[in-house]
Amino acid sequence: MERQLVFELPNDLRCIEETVDFVVSRCSTCEEVARKLRLNFRVSLVEALTNAMVYGNARDPSKRVRVEVFLQASSVTARITDEGAGFDPAGVPDPTMPTNLLEDRGRGLFLMRELMDEVRFNDCGNCVTLVLHLPPSDRVSGEASA
Amino acid sequence: MAFHLSREGEVTVVDVDGQLIVGNRQELKQKVLDELENGGRKFLVDFTETGYIDSSGLGVLVSLSKKIREVGGELRLSSLNEDLRTLFELTKLDTLFRIADSRGEGLSGF
Repeated sequence: MERQLVFELPNDLRCIEETVDFVVSRCSTCEEVARKLRLNFRVSLVEALTNAMVYGNARDPSKRVRVEVFLQASSVTARITDEGAGFDPAGVPDPTMPTNLLEDRGRGLFLMRELMDEVRFNDCGNCVTLVLHLPPSDRVSGEASA
Repeated sequence: MAFHLSREGEVTVVDVDGQLIVGNRQELKQKVLDELENGGRKFLVDFTETGYIDSSGLGVLVSLSKKIREVGGELRLSSLNEDLRTLFELTKLDTLFRIADSRGEGLSGF
């Protein structure tokens, strides 16, 4: 099974909640919503969309964010692309270091890395790919359409 | 989603309905800062009705805790569900806050 969702969002933070709810609902139409989808995937998708709108597109309402979600039996993959210049993810500090704990930077990326199995950026850093592997009991059983 | 402030003795209790996210964190911040300005020093943020907190929401709690501590007060948290507790543990913010299992426990001994 492989299905794909693709859409473009306006650079509006108010779109995030509805978008993430929709994507997660397409991933989990089975009765038991797996915790991995509810927590790991949902949180990471919110953080990726927030980063794209706030930092990537610098809150510019004329810009857009492209969202591509690939649903497979064994994994869920989301690719988020903004229209910004990108950034160097290696330059983001570890927010869990004692010296950084009180700082307001890096937690979104940190959570993505902690909660997803793979987090990859393109060379310029304006596109992030999130991959979550699903164990058999959690596998996506819902239908999805673009 | 909304933030409801109420008083329990000397403690200002903040109920977070829905989500604490980048889109509404300033509202929470302003409400708590206003209360701090008015002399409040003891704050309990209760998450009984909260579905989700994003990294911006975590950040505003850290920022508020810092400001409240600077004036000799304290910000406590209570009633985190399993997912929210996981977020605090992953980010090690559970080491920064006193986190009570229930509102009553959070209020006791404040």
